[in-house]
Amino acid sequence: MAPAIELIGITKRFPGVIANDNINLTVAEGEIHAICGENGAGKSTLMKILYGMQPADEGVMRVFGEEVTFSSPNDAIERGIGMVHQHLMLADQMSVIENVILGSEPTKRGVIDFDAAKAHLAEVGRAYGLTVDPDDYIDTLEIGERQRVEIIKVLYRGAKILILDEPTAVLVPQEVEELFNNLRELKQDGATIIFIDHKLQEVLEISDSITVIRRGKTVATVAASEVTAGDLAELMVGEELPSPETGASTVTTDVALAVTDLTVRDDDGRAIVDNVSLQVHRGEILGVAGIEGNGQSELINAIVGTYAAETGSIEMAGRDIGSASVRERREGGLGYVPQDRHREGLLLDAPLWENAALGHQTAAPYSKGFWVDRPGSRSQTQQIREEFDVRTPNVDVSARALSGGNQQKLIIGREMTAEPAVLIAAHPTRGIDVGAQADVWNQIRQARANGLATLLISADLDELIGLSDTIVVMYHGRLVATLDPAEIDPRTLGSYMTGAALKGDA
Amino acid sequence: MTNPLVRRIGLALAAPALAAVFAVVVSAIVLELSGSNSIDTFGTILSNGFQLETFVDTLNRATPLFLAGVAAAIGFRMNLFNIGVEGQYILAAFAAAVVGAELNRFALPGFLHTLAIVATAMFVGAVWAGLSGLLKVTRGINEVISTIMLNFVATGGIVAALLPKVITDPTAPNQGTETIAERAWLPDLNGVAEVVTREIGRGRELTGVFLIAVVVAIAYHVGVNRTVFGFDLRSSGMNPFAAFAGGVQPKKMVFLSMVLSGVVAGLVGMPEILSDNHAYDQGFVQGLGFGGIAIALLGRNSALGMTFAALLFGFLDSSSAVLQVQASASAEIVRIMQATFLLAAVVAFEFVNRIRQRDEVARASAATETPNGPTPSIEGASA
Amino acid sequence: MSWFTNLPSWARWSLAAAVGMFVLTVVQRVSGTDLLTEEGTAQAMLRWSIPILLAGLGGLYSERAGIVNIGLEGMMILGTWFGAWGALNWGPWGGLAAGLVGGALGGLLHAVATVSFGVDQIISGVGINILAPALTRFLSERVFSGEAGGSVSQSPRVDGFGNFTVPGLADFLGTIRDQEIFWISDVAGFSRGFVAEMSWFTLIGLLTVPLSGWLLWKTRVGLRMRICGENPNAGESLGVNIYGHKYLGVIISGGLSGLAGAFIVLELAGLYRGGQTLGRGFIGLAALVFGNWRAIGVLAGSLVFSYPFGLSLVDFNAESSGGATRALLLVIAIALAGVMVWAQRSGKRGDAILAGLFAAIALVWYLGTETAAAWLPNTMPYALVLIVLLFASQRLRGPRTAGLPYRRGET
Repeated sequence: MAPAIELIGITKRFPGVIANDNINLTVAEGEIHAICGENGAGKSTLMKILYGMQPADEGVMRVFGEEVTFSSPNDAIERGIGMVHQHLMLADQMSVIENVILGSEPTKRGVIDFDAAKAHLAEVGRAYGLTVDPDDYIDTLEIGERQRVEIIKVLYRGAKILILDEPTAVLVPQEVEELFNNLRELKQDGATIIFIDHKLQEVLEISDSITVIRRGKTVATVAASEVTAGDLAELMVGEELPSPETGASTVTTDVALAVTDLTVRDDDGRAIVDNVSLQVHRGEILGVAGIEGNGQSELINAIVGTYAAETGSIEMAGRDIGSASVRERREGGLGYVPQDRHREGLLLDAPLWENAALGHQTAAPYSKGFWVDRPGSRSQTQQIREEFDVRTPNVDVSARALSGGNQQKLIIGREMTAEPAVLIAAHPTRGIDVGAQADVWNQIRQARANGLATLLISADLDELIGLSDTIVVMYHGRLVATLDPAEIDPRTLGSYMTGAALKGDA
Repeated sequence: MTNPLVRRIGLALAAPALAAVFAVVVSAIVLELSGSNSIDTFGTILSNGFQLETFVDTLNRATPLFLAGVAAAIGFRMNLFNIGVEGQYILAAFAAAVVGAELNRFALPGFLHTLAIVATAMFVGAVWAGLSGLLKVTRGINEVISTIMLNFVATGGIVAALLPKVITDPTAPNQGTETIAERAWLPDLNGVAEVVTREIGRGRELTGVFLIAVVVAIAYHVGVNRTVFGFDLRSSGMNPFAAFAGGVQPKKMVFLSMVLSGVVAGLVGMPEILSDNHAYDQGFVQGLGFGGIAIALLGRNSALGMTFAALLFGFLDSSSAVLQVQASASAEIVRIMQATFLLAAVVAFEFVNRIRQRDEVARASAATETPNGPTPSIEGASA
Repeated sequence: MSWFTNLPSWARWSLAAAVGMFVLTVVQRVSGTDLLTEEGTAQAMLRWSIPILLAGLGGLYSERAGIVNIGLEGMMILGTWFGAWGALNWGPWGGLAAGLVGGALGGLLHAVATVSFGVDQIISGVGINILAPALTRFLSERVFSGEAGGSVSQSPRVDGFGNFTVPGLADFLGTIRDQEIFWISDVAGFSRGFVAEMSWFTLIGLLTVPLSGWLLWKTRVGLRMRICGENPNAGESLGVNIYGHKYLGVIISGGLSGLAGAFIVLELAGLYRGGQTLGRGFIGLAALVFGNWRAIGVLAGSLVFSYPFGLSLVDFNAESSGGATRALLLVIAIALAGVMVWAQRSGKRGDAILAGLFAAIALVWYLGTETAAAWLPNTMPYALVLIVLLFASQRLRGPRTAGLPYRRGET
């Protein structure tokens, strides 16, 4: 029997980068096949090629033994391939049925036959054990339900091969469990599933075989039953990679940042940060662990001042900044590396020197009183460029032109050179290459030695354990555990993050 | 590869040049199709252009257009669409004319009288524009909708309601406010201009508001590009979330920039009030607000660009008057030329912008190449 | 209020209309006028609402396809010129068709700029609003000024469509009206304005409402157009031709605006005249917002916004001088008082105070005057839009990605 998918020698180049370098992959029919790799290893590019969103430069693709070339998702859909995107592709203000049938609507002379559509939807639902009300509007559904709609959308089109791109990133543990049950059922009904993820626990739990990709190359394909998380981590990271380590403790007893009884509510009035208290000392890196959506973003937004806290106090070096403006907080020595650099960190169309000034535009050397100090800004940016190894032709190009890693180094550089007393760093190495990652770690370590207090949020558990002096775990808006990174491994930390460890303790 | 600086300047000039050629070609086709001789028409426009009096006329027409352009550009700079410059300047000019007429009764020095008129205009413009800012900040009401509605409330409502109450002479052909006393009129600048030119004839007078426009141009340029406030303004426009995280209060900026936009919009009607008509009447000049939006778009919100745009439009307006007199072709061809030029230019700007971005990415990734070979970075490249 | 929101939309709007009629009936008794529920008022309102309706529906197609279209006004202006030109050459149907095509050309231009070239949608719209009057002025100078009765700013007179009266129903409503039963007769009289002496073009305009609702919500092409306004990337990932459907939405938008222009020429003015659109494209945009981006909502918005104007046509003449328009102030005061109560109940104190303040101003204005000035009805639609936005902007749900640029392959 021919394998469901066979990729031979797939190569994809972008200007200056090889995203996929001679990738080989074989997925047997009816299995759950995980593709693992670090951020930036080339998983997503590979899947886009497989789904027809981008053409490969070289290589051969076979689907059920037949050689294919895709020029658009339509071609892939026709061959029975469906994709569930990481960012759900749903229209919030449309109903489930509208979202599902879009692009392959059953019609009678141009008029949508909603009855036929609903009948087919119900049939698909029965066949795969997925239930959903076709008339619900997407914006009334929970995230897990929305994802189910995405999967149904793919099945509705008769897909035999499902690609799921990091499907668990947005889910809470119960929803992950439910998703996995659904996937197992799908497999039993004969579907082939390609599952992209970098969370080792999950990968081991759900998949039959695992292909590891590193720096755009396939490293190995292994059977899930024959490896441990440790083996996988080694394959993913390789040996030559630096691991984040802090070295000797530099923690002092001076409290640089103190958050007391902080509560933040979302638009619906839910306490998304629930009575959180924490302290960061000079020379300390406090890591905050948690699955995305458990209140970490809101916590840092409240500290930076972009989101209003409902109750509680925030003190920096003993001074209450709870009601201060963002600018007052920044001027008072609060550095901020936002989690999404394109959204919150950069002016993509502005030159680098203006980007360096952003957040520090009221202080020397970027300004003199009322006036922008252009020469000062330029030379400061030049200095950042050299010290932080920002690779750019000059400081006048726009930020858009830089690669993700260089953009991130610019942000780290501008925050560090302003010599903050407290640094809020959210996912500081997300989506950047390994070289830049090591640089960023070094910078944070060095600043820590100089007495910087850092609040670190990261989804990369190795980074969190390696860099932090103390780790607190956030779960459903609360701080549920304080851990010593020297004594835990990613697996234990993960069980705290999912709430599993808590149930055992209680 | 050519010198990057040359290439950059070339790209910057390419868009307006392309648009101009396109506009001329389209106008020529339209002229020929409608039975006029396009060469003759352009000849008339050009030969008229080389006269001193035309130049003065051009400056007079460009002055309010430029001011309206700056008013619109202040909003555009932070992605606010102040479509309401039209209503703001008309309401402001009306209020200024009323105040100016009222002050006729008091003995006060001419410059104070003038100052009071200008201050009233700026204040009323600021209030009317600030209202939209307030609605956006407190209620999240889109400024495009609110400024459009407020345009109609200002012109069709407030001015229409109050104008009959201030008409002094019901028999005059153009009914309006009482003429402002001569002491408050701005002197013309012919004397200044004639230092370098021959005597300006045909009764043309270079408006004194031209000087105000020069001051506004400088203040705008310096304010936007060289001050921290200008940096805040521009960063909010480029990326409000990043600006917020960088300490810029988004709501404060929205409100302030609407107010500033209104202040400048208030000045748009001043040539009419202080130099030409010295009153607000039913024939008060309209449409400058929308003209100003065109100027801002053409000039890419830069002081220099808007200067050129305003001069060009002022010149074309002036030519339109000449064509009307000579009747060699429809004067309306000038409007078509302006509108075509505008649309062609915004498309060309967008097009050139894409080339420039691609250029920069290519150069930056070339710089990323290191002696050790390329460092793979997927995210940055595929985004 | 949940029983109300659970009703189908036609029932909700009908109920609101019935309550509105009740308020109008009471107010006119109090104010000593009977123009508020006159048949003539309804007729004028309906007639003057059609251009707003068509422009608003034009906005609906465009914004549902993700493209904000403030060029509606310009496309309507194109419709006026082409409508007059078509009517001169081929009669009313020719005018209708030419207006449609002229507006659609404006829509095509907007689509080329915004969809293909990624020009900001507001900017392109402003550009079209500047281009259209220039172009029509030029064209009429070339085409109309040579003809008898035509000039640079005006066309010769053109014929409109004929009128019709729904037999039976009109008589029936007339009979009830003449019974002079409180409210019932008022409703009947007002309703008669919708069935008596209606222009065929008005009927066509009204029919576009259910047609648009059906097209956008029941057909494949409608669903695909709407995905362009909600989440074009999702559509793209399922193989929907996003650019094509955006083009379609914007071109239909222009066509409907052009139809609106043709209506003004054929049915309202009887000729083309420069500047005769009077910002109706913008009121159409406002009706779109008022109607929460729904076809029937746009109809409701255009009727509400043209009511003061329709009233003014019967209220400012030899027999009347603004007494009924003044009574409208009391209607507004009552409506705002209703908003105040509603806001107070849903715990929005600030809104309640604001609504109360406005209600008080309207009431004082009403009590302090005998007649309203002629400018009031002209301004009221715009002020109403602002008031509606002030209290309802949080409840409105427009297409998610309208106004945002979209480029293929960028997620």
